[in-house]
Amino acid sequence: MAIDYAHFTPLTAWCGGMLIGLAVAMLLWLIGRIAGISGIVGGLLAPRAGDKAWRVAFVVGMLLSPWLYPLFHALPQPQIVAGPWRLIVAGLLVGYGSRLGSGCTSGHGVCGLARFSPRSIAATLTFMSAGFAAVFVLHHLLGI
Amino acid sequence: MTLIAALLSGLVFGCGLILAGMANPAKVLGFLDLAGRWDPSLVLVMGGAVTVALLAFARAKSGARALNGATLQIPQKRTLDRRLLLGSLLFGLGWGTAGFCPGPALVALGAGIPKAAIFVAAMLLGMLIFQFQQRD
Repeated sequence: MAIDYAHFTPLTAWCGGMLIGLAVAMLLWLIGRIAGISGIVGGLLAPRAGDKAWRVAFVVGMLLSPWLYPLFHALPQPQIVAGPWRLIVAGLLVGYGSRLGSGCTSGHGVCGLARFSPRSIAATLTFMSAGFAAVFVLHHLLGI
Repeated sequence: MTLIAALLSGLVFGCGLILAGMANPAKVLGFLDLAGRWDPSLVLVMGGAVTVALLAFARAKSGARALNGATLQIPQKRTLDRRLLLGSLLFGLGWGTAGFCPGPALVALGAGIPKAAIFVAAMLLGMLIFQFQQRD
């Protein structure tokens, strides 16, 4: 393993992480909810009515964030190497898997770890390992 | 008040992802590529986020109420099961396939990036498939 110092951005990574933590704290203290993105979005698709409004408001906030951000800082352009078919396969796995596993990087990886949940620790170890494995197989073994 | 709080939280969450570089799939894949040139940034993103979230949850005792009067909805389940592990496995495979997880995909969609729209549409379809399966 060689560390990629050219792309390693420890300061902005830590500060961005703290902002994510702040958003978690806001949602918890202000309205009593866990900031797990897959759970928030998944709840919008569920037939159960009644608690959809706050989910819509949160998702709208996320969608608007790249329009707020440039007021403070230059907006970086995301680089998406994957083509359409790869994005479709990835999206299906992420959508289905995060609902079956009751969470994703935010709900398990941030909120769950912060409350020392054994389920979230297991989930985070599992999806990290699977992510490493997927990149190894796709990038290094198959070269795609 | 509830809706404004949720909107603000979403805005802060999204800005955090952008500042951290996590709204960029190439950077996430740089972290997941242990065998290549490894970018450890994501470890620090999680470190910063968990540190702040720790303080938030430490003060949130069960039975406490949020500012809007709602009871805190904190998951109570602590046992591992097959669904949790299989779901996390599939999620991780998808995450490593394109470098997108749900939050960054929403941010990139908001920025108007067509490829993010493809990913989000497939992600919603995956969630719907899960949901229809649950009804049987």
